[in-house]
Amino acid sequence: MTFITQSIRIGMSFLLGSTGETITEKSGHLNLGIPGIMCVGAAVGCLAENIYLSSVSVISPFLAVLLPIIASFIGSALMGVLYSFLTVTLRANQNVTGLALTTLGIGISKYIIDQILDMKFSQASKYFTSGFPFADKLGGFGEIFLSYGVFVYLAIAIALITSFVLNKTRIGLHLRAVGENPATADAAGVNVTLYRYLATMIGSGIAGLGGLSYIMDNLNGNWEYTVDAIGWLSIALVIFTLWKPNLAIFGSIIFGACYIASSYISGISFAQKEILKMFPYVVTIIVLVVISMRKKREHQPPAALGLPYFREER
Amino acid sequence: MKTATHHREPLVHIVKRTDISTKKAVLIRAIAVIVSLLFSALLVFVLKGINPIQFFTALFEGAFGTSRRIWILLQKTAVLLCISLAVTPAFKMRFWNTGAEGQVLVGGLATCACMYYLGGALPLPLLYLLMIVSSIVAGIIWAVIPAIFKAKWNTNETLFTLMMNYVATFLVSFFINTWVTSGSGTLAPMSQYGLPRILNNWLLNIIIVAVLTVAVYIYLRFSKQGYEISVVGESENTARYIGINVKKVIIRTLIVSGALCGVAGLILVGGTNHTIATDTVGGQGFTAIMVSWLGKFNPLFMVLTSFLVIFLEVGANQISNAFKMNSSISDIITAVILFFIIGCEFFINYKIMFRKAAKEDK
Repeated sequence: MTFITQSIRIGMSFLLGSTGETITEKSGHLNLGIPGIMCVGAAVGCLAENIYLSSVSVISPFLAVLLPIIASFIGSALMGVLYSFLTVTLRANQNVTGLALTTLGIGISKYIIDQILDMKFSQASKYFTSGFPFADKLGGFGEIFLSYGVFVYLAIAIALITSFVLNKTRIGLHLRAVGENPATADAAGVNVTLYRYLATMIGSGIAGLGGLSYIMDNLNGNWEYTVDAIGWLSIALVIFTLWKPNLAIFGSIIFGACYIASSYISGISFAQKEILKMFPYVVTIIVLVVISMRKKREHQPPAALGLPYFREER
Repeated sequence: MKTATHHREPLVHIVKRTDISTKKAVLIRAIAVIVSLLFSALLVFVLKGINPIQFFTALFEGAFGTSRRIWILLQKTAVLLCISLAVTPAFKMRFWNTGAEGQVLVGGLATCACMYYLGGALPLPLLYLLMIVSSIVAGIIWAVIPAIFKAKWNTNETLFTLMMNYVATFLVSFFINTWVTSGSGTLAPMSQYGLPRILNNWLLNIIIVAVLTVAVYIYLRFSKQGYEISVVGESENTARYIGINVKKVIIRTLIVSGALCGVAGLILVGGTNHTIATDTVGGQGFTAIMVSWLGKFNPLFMVLTSFLVIFLEVGANQISNAFKMNSSISDIITAVILFFIIGCEFFINYKIMFRKAAKEDK
């Protein structure tokens, strides 16, 4: 039972990361800076939490949860702005920019955490992990569905909203057009630059929350420099779930289960555990190969993924 | 560009440059590097209160302070350059190989496996031969798998090679856990089976990479295969039209790429470290992508760019050691400088025209 609930908890960090990356990729940006952005999101959120907890005497649990989330979102979105400025405005190579952004993000997060002398994260973590008060009374059902902290519900809500916006609204249609064929979208009057900026900003902000949820929810507020690993897995999850945030809800739980399985299965050696950890990546590769072989149009990556768009070069 | 009203010309507009002189291009890049260094010095001053003179002293101390530091600087440059050389043919073909990290790691793993299983059992020259062959083969296998799928089914290579990195990482950690039974989790160096030393641990690597640099330059610039790579990179359709077998070129180029990554693994593990860990490559597979791109895919320029990147890395490490900071500052400085260099390409490729200037042009 704890295995299932823990899988879901860690899965939600992947879900936030991959929903953010999906939005970004739908606009045609392969943002390899996501791991760095998640580090920044985590660090900024923790910083905001620490400032709040040490500056007020009466702590409102609601604000203790809300403020770090807002700060984390804004901090990560700013990283998205930097990425967009370089790739859209200065037309730099996306892969190179993304990788440099990851280096920057890891550096910034180390710097911020280094500045915080009196860490109140584990105290803060309680606000994030407390579930519905009546969950205990409902037995197994309550434990599986209602025992989580705010991030689990937030992540699922964001994934569902994203899925709806992408597939059912005009904004989503325009965004997908920008990612599939920016020249056509431009001709149809869609502001490619604006869509790419906004999608990257919002996507980065959401991904940053994934970093915060990893620290506050999964690690119970113990800071670890492993946030970037979550970021790379989130990028894998985007492919695994075929660029569909609603599928990613289940995909993320599978990834979460794979991620923690090695510590729940007894009777295997350390070496075999390492092979087990390889599993999410191998599965992602298989999915990637299968979708490219089957060539079903709705399962393909956005056609303009990774490609820059310059109106003058058509 | 949104400043435009319908009947007036936009306030600024951007024109692609095709005719920029090499001198001017070099000048723009040099300015970018200098400005980025000044900016980093300012940043460190604001964040940590270290004055710029101390900053630059520490930066150069870290790189050139002692003869040992200079050797390490050159050795690190050689390894990074080797990986950059490896990714370059693929990039020229617009095959975004983000998997150099993993390809180097499996090359190193193969070398290490030879040293672990066969060290002592075989005469040294035979062992060296096996190390060389197995590391190259391992690198090739890791690179050619995504290449085959790219050639046959157009599978996205960026994502495929990226995932292969992690498979390699866990493969290494599997073997380390198999080999090391003490629970320390680290494999003790097997220096007695390392590649022969010339003068010190580092010179052999530097020589190997110097030879490879020239070889890759000649391969890309003067061979028929190098020409085919550029054509496929410029336009796959053109390549097909003039009778180049694109699939064959993709697979063949990635064999070259993987083999070079294998060599990088060989010199890292066989030449310097004599052991392996999951972080042996330490992100250099990704840094190499930037080095190659900044060097315009030209092996000779890449000597400079890889030197610059390593210089900054060791210099920034010295700064964080000297002023008792954690490694955050070196990461931040490296990234800031990379952003400046990445950004300055814009001013090399494009010209910004203001409204008035544009009218005079007509």
